[in-house]
Parts: sequence; C-alpha cells; structure tokens
Amino acid sequence: MRMSHSALALVRGALTGHTGWPRTWDSPLPRDRYKVIVVGAGGHGLATAYYLGRNHGITDVAVLEKGWLGGGNTGRNTTIIRSNYLQDASSAIYEKSRALYEGLSQELNYNVMFSPRGVMMLAQTEHEVRGYLRTARANYLQGVETRFITPEEVQKRVPIIRLDGPRYPVLGALWQPRAGTARHDAVAWGYARACSAMGMHILENCEVTGVRSDAGRVSGVETTRGAIGCERLAIVVAGHSGRLAQMAGFRLPVESVTLQALVSEPVKPCMDVVVMANTVHGYLSQSDKGEMVIGGGADGFNNFTQRGSWHHIEETVRALVETFPMLSRLKMLRQWGGVVDMTGDRSPILSPTPLGGCYINCGWGTGGFKAIPGSGWAMAEMVANEAPGPLAAPFGLERFREGRFIDESVAAGVAH
Amino acid sequence: MLMLTCPCCGVSAEETEFAPGGAAHLRRAGPGTPDDAFEAYMFQRDNPRGVHFERWRHAYGCGKWFLAARCTRTLRVLGTYSARTTEPPADLAAEPPVDLAADLRAPAAEAPA
Amino acid sequence: MSAHRLETGGRLIDRTRRVRFTFDDAPLRGQAGDTLASALLAEGRMLQGRSFKYHRPRGPVTADSAEPNALMGLDTGARAEPNVRATSVQLSEGMVVHSQNRWPSLAFDVGRIADRLARVLPAGFYYKTFLWPRPFWKHVYEPLIRRAAGLGRAPEGVDPDRYEQLHAFADVVVAGGGVAGLAAAWAAAQGGARVIVLEETGHWGGRAVVDGLVIDGHPAEAWVTATVAALEGLANVTLRTNTSLTAVHDHGYVLADEWPQDAGAGIAAPRQRLWRIRAGRVIAANGAIERPLAFAGNDVPGVMLASAVRDYAVNYGVAVGRRVVVVTNNDDAYRTALALREAGVEVAAVVDARDTLPGPLAQQVRAHGIPIHDGSAIEAVQGDIGVTGVTLCRHSGNGACVSAQIACDAVAMSGGWSPAVHLWSHAGGKVVWDADGAMFRPDPAQGPTGHDGAVFVIPAGAAAGALWGPQALADAHAAGLRAAAETGHPGHTPAPVAEAPEERAILPVWTMPEGAGPRLKSRMFLDFQNDVKVTDVELAAREGFESVEHAKRYTTLGMATDQGKLSNINGLAVLAAARGAGIAETGTTTFRPPWTPLTLGAIAAEARGELFQAVRETPMHAWHAAHGARWEPVGQWRRPHAYVRPGETPAKAVNREVLNTRQTVGVLDASTLGKILVRGPDAGRFLDMLYTGTMSTLAVGRCRYGVMCTENGFVFDDGVVARIDATTWLCHTTTGGAEAVHGWMEDWLQCEWWDWKVHVIDLTEQLAQIAVAGPNARRVLQKLGGMDLSADALGHMRWAAGRLGDFDARVLRVSFSGELGFEVAVPASQGPALWDRLMAAGAEWGIMPYGTEALHVMRAEKGFIMVGDETDGTVTPGDLGLPTGAKKADFLGKRGLERSHLRDPERWRLVGLETLTGSVLPHGAYSVTGGYTDTYQRETDGRVTSSYYSPTLGRGIALGLVRRGPERMGEVLTFPVGAASQMKARIVDPVFFDPQGGRLDG
Repeated sequence: MRMSHSALALVRGALTGHTGWPRTWDSPLPRDRYKVIVVGAGGHGLATAYYLGRNHGITDVAVLEKGWLGGGNTGRNTTIIRSNYLQDASSAIYEKSRALYEGLSQELNYNVMFSPRGVMMLAQTEHEVRGYLRTARANYLQGVETRFITPEEVQKRVPIIRLDGPRYPVLGALWQPRAGTARHDAVAWGYARACSAMGMHILENCEVTGVRSDAGRVSGVETTRGAIGCERLAIVVAGHSGRLAQMAGFRLPVESVTLQALVSEPVKPCMDVVVMANTVHGYLSQSDKGEMVIGGGADGFNNFTQRGSWHHIEETVRALVETFPMLSRLKMLRQWGGVVDMTGDRSPILSPTPLGGCYINCGWGTGGFKAIPGSGWAMAEMVANEAPGPLAAPFGLERFREGRFIDESVAAGVAH
Repeated sequence: MLMLTCPCCGVSAEETEFAPGGAAHLRRAGPGTPDDAFEAYMFQRDNPRGVHFERWRHAYGCGKWFLAARCTRTLRVLGTYSARTTEPPADLAAEPPVDLAADLRAPAAEAPA
Repeated sequence: MSAHRLETGGRLIDRTRRVRFTFDDAPLRGQAGDTLASALLAEGRMLQGRSFKYHRPRGPVTADSAEPNALMGLDTGARAEPNVRATSVQLSEGMVVHSQNRWPSLAFDVGRIADRLARVLPAGFYYKTFLWPRPFWKHVYEPLIRRAAGLGRAPEGVDPDRYEQLHAFADVVVAGGGVAGLAAAWAAAQGGARVIVLEETGHWGGRAVVDGLVIDGHPAEAWVTATVAALEGLANVTLRTNTSLTAVHDHGYVLADEWPQDAGAGIAAPRQRLWRIRAGRVIAANGAIERPLAFAGNDVPGVMLASAVRDYAVNYGVAVGRRVVVVTNNDDAYRTALALREAGVEVAAVVDARDTLPGPLAQQVRAHGIPIHDGSAIEAVQGDIGVTGVTLCRHSGNGACVSAQIACDAVAMSGGWSPAVHLWSHAGGKVVWDADGAMFRPDPAQGPTGHDGAVFVIPAGAAAGALWGPQALADAHAAGLRAAAETGHPGHTPAPVAEAPEERAILPVWTMPEGAGPRLKSRMFLDFQNDVKVTDVELAAREGFESVEHAKRYTTLGMATDQGKLSNINGLAVLAAARGAGIAETGTTTFRPPWTPLTLGAIAAEARGELFQAVRETPMHAWHAAHGARWEPVGQWRRPHAYVRPGETPAKAVNREVLNTRQTVGVLDASTLGKILVRGPDAGRFLDMLYTGTMSTLAVGRCRYGVMCTENGFVFDDGVVARIDATTWLCHTTTGGAEAVHGWMEDWLQCEWWDWKVHVIDLTEQLAQIAVAGPNARRVLQKLGGMDLSADALGHMRWAAGRLGDFDARVLRVSFSGELGFEVAVPASQGPALWDRLMAAGAEWGIMPYGTEALHVMRAEKGFIMVGDETDGTVTPGDLGLPTGAKKADFLGKRGLERSHLRDPERWRLVGLETLTGSVLPHGAYSVTGGYTDTYQRETDGRVTSSYYSPTLGRGIALGLVRRGPERMGEVLTFPVGAASQMKARIVDPVFFDPQGGRLDG
C-alpha cells in the first residue's frame, strides 16, 4: 500500500512516530522473464521505465542495477537544469526535459524540488557574445525562452558578481528564466517509487554479466542474480556502456573521463540564480542548504576512479574567485568526481543497436542530469515502438558514420 | 594528479607538464577506406576499465609525444614508450584481469546538497 | 579568573596574558593560548551555537577541528569568515565573534519553532510535502527553507588578505605531530630521507601528553620536547605546526593548509599558505576520532566528548562543569574522570555500559571514591540550554526502569574511537570493519596506489587502528622505518617503548540503552549539526533507503561541515541494526578530500587580478594603449578592437578606420597571427597533407591561401602560406589557432609520419608583423626607402625579403581588406620602431591605425570568411566555397568529407545577405521556411554568420550560411528578430565590394 505524500500525511505520520511509511520502492525477487529489461537504475534508466508504463502501458519491466539505485552520476552532479542549447535536436530534448521537470513533483507525488531560479551563461569575450546572441535567436525559434541580458541586469540578478575583472569582464549573459536546479537524489527516488507503484521490478545489486541473443535479437541477460529473459533490452548505464555494448556485440564512440565538482560550507542565501562561466570553465549555484555548488572542467584522459586531478579544481576556483570575490573566504567542504561519457561529438546517443530489440542510451557527458525526464520519455518511445521517435531520431549511432554531428561546442573556434 | 615519465627526455614530472592526447595505436583510415574502418579510427574506442594505451605530449617540456600504458581503474602507469610504435610493447600488452569485485565495492558517492 | 577557569592545569595557556574579545557584542576575556571555545567555556558560555535544521541550542562537543556545533562568524564585511570552529581557532586580541543561525539572539531563537514541530519534520520530510500549489515551491516554500538553512553569513566584497602557495618535495610526509607522528618521523629520518612533519594544531604531542603516556621512562611531554628538538636538529627534516595535511591525491600529491601564526602582523604575511607537496610516502598519523554515544538528550549543551572534557581541563585549565558524569563503553573515558578529579572537579559518577571486571583505570577511579555504575546507561539527560542532571537505567534494557537520578552540569561521553581513515581513503584506500575493536580501520590489502602500483599511504598509530598508546608508538616506529626503506633511505634506530595501563575491551554501543524505544530514540542525535536522530535513520531504512549512501543522502547524516567525523560510524551502525544486517556488509561511505575545509582563497592564491592569467602583448602594445585602443581578448592576446578618439563612440571609430583605409591608408598590428616555419625535404608533401590545397607546387617567392580541416572534414584554421625556399614554407595561422596548428603539425610528424624529414618551429612571438593597407600603402612603404615594392617587383600574393629603410624586413603582398596591402615582418624587437616610422611616413597621407573590428568589416565587405564566425566546427571548405581538395589523393579531412552528410546537396553554404531596407541584420539571426520540425520547432534554412554596417557602402551587409545558398541567388529570406518583427534579406554574392578586385593594385 503506497501512502500519498502531503503535509497532512506528515502530520498523520507524526502521530504514529512515522512508523507507518512504506518502502519507497519494493525489493522483489527477479522473475524469469520481463517484456522489457532496463539495465541501469540511474535517473535515465528509471525515467525510461516510468514512461514505458505511463505513456505506453508497458509495465512488465525490470530495472537492473549493479550497485545502489541512483548511485552514479544522478547523485553526483551539480543539479543544473537548462535547455538553452544551440542545435535543434539538443534543445528539443532538453526543453522537453525541462518542461517535464516543471510538473515532476506533482506527477510523481514526490518533491524533487525543481526550482526555476534561472540560469545565466556569462559572455566574457566578444566571441562569446556573438555565440550567445546566436543561441538566443535559435532558442526563440525553438520555443525555448531565453534572452541576452546586459551586464547591468547580470549585476542586478547576481549582486555578488564582479563585472569588471581585469581579464574577462562580463559583457552580458544568456539568460534562461525558467531554467534552474532540482534535488538530484529525489529525482531517482521519485521515479523509482512511481515505477514500483506500477508493479515494475527494481532489482538492486543485480549486475548484468552477459547479454543473450537469438537469431540477431536479444533474448535476455545473465546477471549475478541469475539469467533473466526479455523481449527488449534498454542499456542505460552511462560509464559502463562500453562493457554492456561489448556483451551485446557492438562498439561505441564513447570515452569516460572524470568531471569534478565541489561544495563550500553552507552560508546564508547570497545568490539566487545559477551562473555558468564557460570561458573560465566554472559554474556556481547555491543549494537550498546554503552550500555554494561549484562545477568545473573534466580531465583529458580516460578515468574510472571518480577522482580527478587537482589542477582542474584549482583552475575553476581561481576563475570563480575572480568573478565572485566573496567566495575567497568561504571554505571547500567536499570535492568529488563523476565519470562522464564523452561521445565523438559530445552529444548523447539514443539509438537502436546492431542487436535487434536492444537499445542504448548513453554519452550524456556533462549534461545528463538535466536531460533525465526527456531522455526517459524519448527512450521509452523508442523501446515501445521499436523505432526512435522525433526526439531520439537525431541521436542515433549512425550519425558518426554519416558525419551528421550534433555539435554544441560551436563557441570553441577562436580566431582572427 | 598523475606522475608520468617522458621516455624521450627521461624527465618524471606531474600531469600539468603534459597534455593528454587520447587513445594510442589507432590506424588512420584515409580516403577510399570502408565506412567501418573510418568509424573505428575516428570514433569507436575500447574505453577499458583497465589498462589503456594512450597518447601524451610532454607539452611543457621537450615537446615530444609519447605513449603510456595506464590503468583507468587504479591510475597506475605501467610504462611509457616511444610514440614511434605501432603496437604496445609485449611486456605492457598483457592486460591484468579486471577485478570485478573491486569495481562493485568502489561505487560510493557524494551529493552536493 | 572566572568561575570555570581552574586554579591548576592549562598547559597551553599563559595565565599572565589576558586577551579581550567580543561575543555577540558582549565584551569577554580569555587567556593567551586559549581557543575561542575554551575562552567562552571559561566565561561560563556553554551555549555557543544553533543546529542547522531544528535550531536547537548547542555547546561545543569537541576540542578540535571535528567540531559540529560551535561554529561562529569572525569579523564582518570583506574580512568576514563564516562557520569558524571555535574549538580550533586561536583566540586573538580584539577578536569580534558572532554566533550564527539564530534570530534574534543565540539565547532566544525564533527558528526553534522547527524543533517544536520536529515530529512532523522527520528525515526527508521535504520530499513528501510542499507539492501544491506548484509555483509555491519556488516562491514560498523554498525561500523559507533557504533562509532558515545556511549557517553563517557570507562575506561581502573583495577579500583584502593574501594567500600563497608553496611547492615542496619529500620522501616522507608525516601527517600528525602526536607521539605516533613524531616517532614515525624520527624513524623515517635516520637514513637521510627528506621528511616533512605536519601538525594541525599549534602544539606537538597530540593526545599522549594529555593522557599521561610514559615513553622511554619519561612523561610523554618530556619525550615530545626532546624528540622535537632532535628532529629540529636534522637537516633533512622540516617541521610545521598549524599546518593540516588536508588532502591526499593520486600519485602522492598532497595538499597541506597552513595558518601562519604571524598572519595579520604585517602586510607581507599571508593569511594562509597552501603547500603542494609531492610525497614518496605519506604516513597518516592523524590519530582517531572519539565517537559520541547515542542516548536521549545527548545534544544538550554540556554533553561533550570525554576526551574534549579532559582537554579543556588539562590544556586550558577550564572546567566544562562543576559536577560531571562520565558515560562510556570503554576504558579511555576513565582518564577523563581521573583528570577532572586531579583538577579538583567533582565527578558524580562513571556510567559504564559494560558488566566486565574493572581494569586498572577503573580501579584508580574507584580508589578516588568515584562511584562506577556498570552495566548502566544514561536513560536521558535533563536540561534544555544546559545539563541539569541525568537519569540512569540498565544498558541491556529498554530504559523503562530508571535506576538512579544524578544531578550534574556536564556529561563526558565516549563511545570508543574511530581511526581517522580519511587520508588513507582520499586516493582510493579501502577500510575494513574490525569487530573486536568496533571500528573501521585501513585494510592493508587495499591501499591507495601510486604511479608504480605501490601503496603510498602508510597509516600509523591510532589512525591505523592501534589505539592503545604503547601499541600505537610501536606501530608508528615501524611505519617510519618502512616509509624510509621504500623510498630508498633505509635506516635504523631503536623503537621507543611506552607504558600505559592495560585497557579492557570495548563494548560496541550504538544506542543507549540497547533496547531503547522511539520515545528515547527520537531524542538521540547522531549528526548534531544536521539534527539527524536515530529515528531518522530508522525511518530511512523503513522506507527502503538501505544502502549507506541512500540513508546518508535521505537523512543528511554526515553531510554537515564535519563531514560525518562524529556521526558516520554511529549512523551506519544504527542503519545496519535497522536492516538486520552487519556493519561490515552495510559498509561505509567514501571519505573525500579535504580533511578539514579548505579556504577557496588559498586554492586560488596569487592568481588574482592582474595575475589571474598571463596576458600576451605584441611589441607595439604600449603604443596601442597610449592611443585609445579598446582591447579585445583573443585567446590570451590583447588586440586593439578599435582606437577610439576622445568624443568618439566605438562605432564611429570603426567607421572612421574603415573609410580611412579604403580612401588612403591604414595600419594594423598583425603580430598575433601565428607564424609557423615548416622546413625539410618532405615539407611540401607534409603541407599537402595538412591543407586542402596544394602547397608543394607553390613557387619560391609566392604566397597561397590555405585551409586546414580536422579529420572529420571540418574547417579548423586558415591563413596564407609563403614558400621561402626549396625546402621551407612559412605558414600563417589565425591568432587563436597558432598553438593548436603547431601542436597539430607536431602530432602528425611525431606520431604518424615519423619517417618524414620535416622540422616545424613556431615563430609567432619572434616577429612583429604590420599590415599596411589602402591606396597609398605602397607610397608609405616606399618612403622608407630600400626594397623595390612596385607592382612589377612584388605582385599580389608574392613576398620579398630585404632592407626596408633601416629594417631587415620580409614583405608579403597580401590583402585581407581588398585594398592594396602589404604585411611587413621584422624581428619583434624592431616592431615599435617600424610602427613609429610607418606612422611618421604615412602622416602626409593621413595614415591611421585600425583595429580588429575595422578588419572584420573590411573582410566582410570582400566576402572573406573568418574562422570562428563563418566556421563553427561543423562547416566544410566546400560550404564556404574554399578549395576542397577534390582532386588530391589524400589530405587530413579528405576521408571525413567523403561521408554522406558532408556531401549532402542540402548543406548550408556561404552567401551574402542584404536587407531590403539596407538595415543591419542581427548577429546570429536565423531564416525560417515557415514550416515546423518534427519536434515543433520552427524550421530554419539559413543563418547570419557575420553582419556589419558597411561605411564603405553605407548600408548593412552580412554573410550567412544558407541551405543550397549559391543556387538561390536573389531569393528573399525571412529572419524573425523578435516576438512580432522580422527582417527580410536577399541572397546575394558574398563579395559586396570591388568584385573585380581592381583595388588590390592600389
């Protein structure tokens, strides 16, 4: 029996010492066979399962997780949600995602704390100004609400920023008012709870060790908890995609590197929006707890340790102290790393694979968290229809062979 | 913060003196090669959780490119060798078995808030 | 002396020197040597903070850097520092201290309403509510939560203090200057190893000097003094106090955070110093952390760790209470009873959860007549903002039967000790559960490994799990010898021998009493700062958050500023019990750097302001600066954007510069362009592979424009190539692309075509290069005298070397403006002189410098592409109408260009765009077809890549990429530019000005 969440329920809970709350998601024994197996109980995998049930009526689903649910990048990112991407394909899926985040707490009856506090991306060179003007125009046609704002408006929205740094003065910013942050763990937990309520099985500590196929079509997986049959297989395992792909008999255009982040000790509210400074590779927001959440650059070498190199932290902190001088006297409380998957064009892969009935979702790089609902939506559509829908179609594996990149790094070329 | 030894000049230095350059021993697929070969050359990567053969440049030192065999799970550098090599030296090519159990123990994570 | 300052003790304070400070504006006094917390305690101020969630009143619980409660704000304004641990900061004269997270005052905090509502605000309550109405989360609920959370107030403005960083190299770095660290350092140093010893506090000796260890027959204090003196006498040993080894990174990269004690004494002293040390071996001798006990009311101010209680008495001469109850599950806490007794403080009772026979320490306590309640537990602590008493019960029961009530004003608790495994774990070391010792300790089989695969962190003493003094010392000595031997400096020295009373085994106690029910458990705090209680962890387990990471995240246990130093082990033991599982299988969370919070200013250090990043300046930089240059950063270079005259707008300046160049003559500092010399028998063949065009056939003395592609077939750089001699070419690159192109060349030469005989050198900074352009350009140059620069002698796209006036010059006849143009290269040191000569020579023709913006306008008027504007990493040479290399057998990018999408006839290609009204199209505008995509976005078929007002033509001009563009000449495109407005522009030839190129000849 699932208990509906509300303030009243909390009061009722208090009367019984909160002993009546059920499990957030069930922990059943695996069945022999499911219609769909989703490998990976991170945000993307759980959202895939959820929308399979919600949009397509497919609830004979198991989500397999080798460790603990939400234990990958879902729970170790800087929680930024935005959709101000340049390319149509990207903005379509990220905006779908952002729009779903708007109502996700109510839909899941679980507060994921989506907070559309606004995201601004600082323009600190003329080249960046031109790039963001272009993005703003593209976003307008894509139905994504953004605009280029003046340094004065930047200052008004972010009182702690210094506009006139000696190296990179703030020349303006791309502002997306309905972008923001959410509570990352809650997204995974909320989806898991909803999947479980639909009767889906979430199997933790269940590592896939092999993929079974029959006449070019997937027939099941081998796991540390025994063999499980399936009609369709969705591989949504981020940093482990290469290994799963190998089991399923294909290769991927993916490399894994470590991306680092850090938080300061909590302080009283001093910044109400999310600020990204791409010229100097740093982004900053303040969590509801009051911690300044800081994200930085990625290592340039393959790395699965979840430990990055210190000089990236140093570079990020230097840049942010320069832009936000008050940070200087705050203290770093914790630093950590996540393993992110970089594809050949730095955009994700949502694709059928050479193995029939097997679909893959990976390569989100540094942008995975914000995409969770949209990615799950598009993946579910592809698995349910056995063909990609319009959101997923541009992200197929064949694009590398065709040279049809979805390249968001267009600001990279600095010339003249 | 890795320590690497440049096989060209012999200097052991830390990572900031070097620039990483991706997977080593790729075979260039030029004009007229099949799509598969070009895709493999440009995009498909083994991305191993284990020994990775990779390119580095001693960018702030002697300027030379070299190759390294490095474990992506432990960061251990098994060895560095000349970039003028088409395949890994035999003593570095024997890949130690990946410890699955250690991988399972490893995941533990932090949250920003 | 105040009521709480003892007559005796206080080995760290100077009773002759008073220190004045204010706390929440109240003037108070302490003694030199006090910490802020000890001074406040001496003044009877036990209430020192408010908790994060429920705003409960809290006092200090530790006497060190693990403190979760006594966090305070120092100073105000730009020097404000929030969340300072009162327990580890040294008191200083005139210190201004404020309590945090309370309103209006520490004693009366409105926020405590949350505590009254605690029953409806259990762990994770926020996930279950605040759902409706939807906008309320952002506008009502979240702002309330944010305001209530957050601890200290943020500083404001620019930090006036200075931070510095030092690099050091060591064979052995020892973290911790307790007796274990000192013994390890002494052993390690014998063979000549370079040893650095780092002690977090201002004092050597750690716990042993407080706890009364006897070493080699001497009291620990004497042994410490002698050992420190001996270490100071060794040239290969560096000792630092007030320096915390805060992070261990891969391959022995260690960060240590020093708070120099001369800070603030003069402008030269940095506030903090960050040591970046490369260590062969790290000895983690950073001790152990005492665990609180979970009993009801264990967070009332006055309930403190037993070790802290005796630290305050012994080190600072401060009695935290006048009548103290000690509660424990191990023998160590008996030392607190003895220390208090010796200091003249009444110990009302020792409450011991164990039933076993008393050991030597207990016998000493009993001999003093202190009652010992064995097999007992604290049922609950009485008091709200201070302890008034405790009630006792049987530990094995559920607390229903109260066996005794004791009046007291402080409780000293000890739940045993956890080795500080943080430094072991930072770089990947794993821990193992030691059931006998009831602790996680480093697992020697799974240590953090260095570049060579060897374990490079060696835990020593208590940090290794050797909690008993004599054992710790022996372990540390062995660790020191091992570290020295492993770094190639083996040595020998006898091990110090310590004596201490035998200690009985610990009884693991995770809740007290063992069988406590919800009534008691809901008052047992695990994480003091975040107000996580035993019932919260049980709720998490009940709701399925069974993984230790889930429980941590759901309850926020261990996520406070102490990062779980006090709470982690107790919390996961409670979780394990709730799951019905063992602690070993439940596992622990990861210990991430830093050990103690690290000031961001210290991480940034000197890289602030002008030193933030290197700036590259051309030889003529000073001239530009003196003549109104507005700078544009290009990579690390600064280029003049325009030279703005007084009273002129930047736009007007650009127009003036363009017109002047077109009408007479202008000069541009082109020194930032990349200049790469490629030489060797295979250089021509090599360049043919790099450029889409053919460079090997270029005649000596001639120049050719070239485009480079990535292997994907996308344009990444361009520039003019000059053939210098039979085996030498000079390749010009874009300003931003110089290093990348040089690196790209080296990459292919070293890694792919290593048998090709080619040398490459980057001459960018060796040469000053000045472009002279305009109808009078030749006249200006000829006025300098020397070289024949006539049209016959030096045709377009040719170059010549010779004497130009007093200069050794290479003159290239090239043009990016469409005017008669020359680029003159001279050695960098002669650049300013040449510039001055040109300005003087050109005066009669009204020569003016022009900046990058005028350059952009002129090149756009000519339809020349700019890498980074017309290209963005997705554009092919064919898209731009540039050489595609179609006839060449191979070049970098050729195979990529063969792919279907790159050969697609629907590709967007370069055209000119002209608005129907002559107005200027916005940068980055897209044209629309009127249709929609499958994802309901408006379908586009072109975009503006460059757009300018052309002063030459008196109207707007633009370049753009348009689907099948060149096939659609004359078509009118629609560019939406706002919610209700759009602009129309016609597709035209990209060359707007002088299409015949007649002006190239002046």
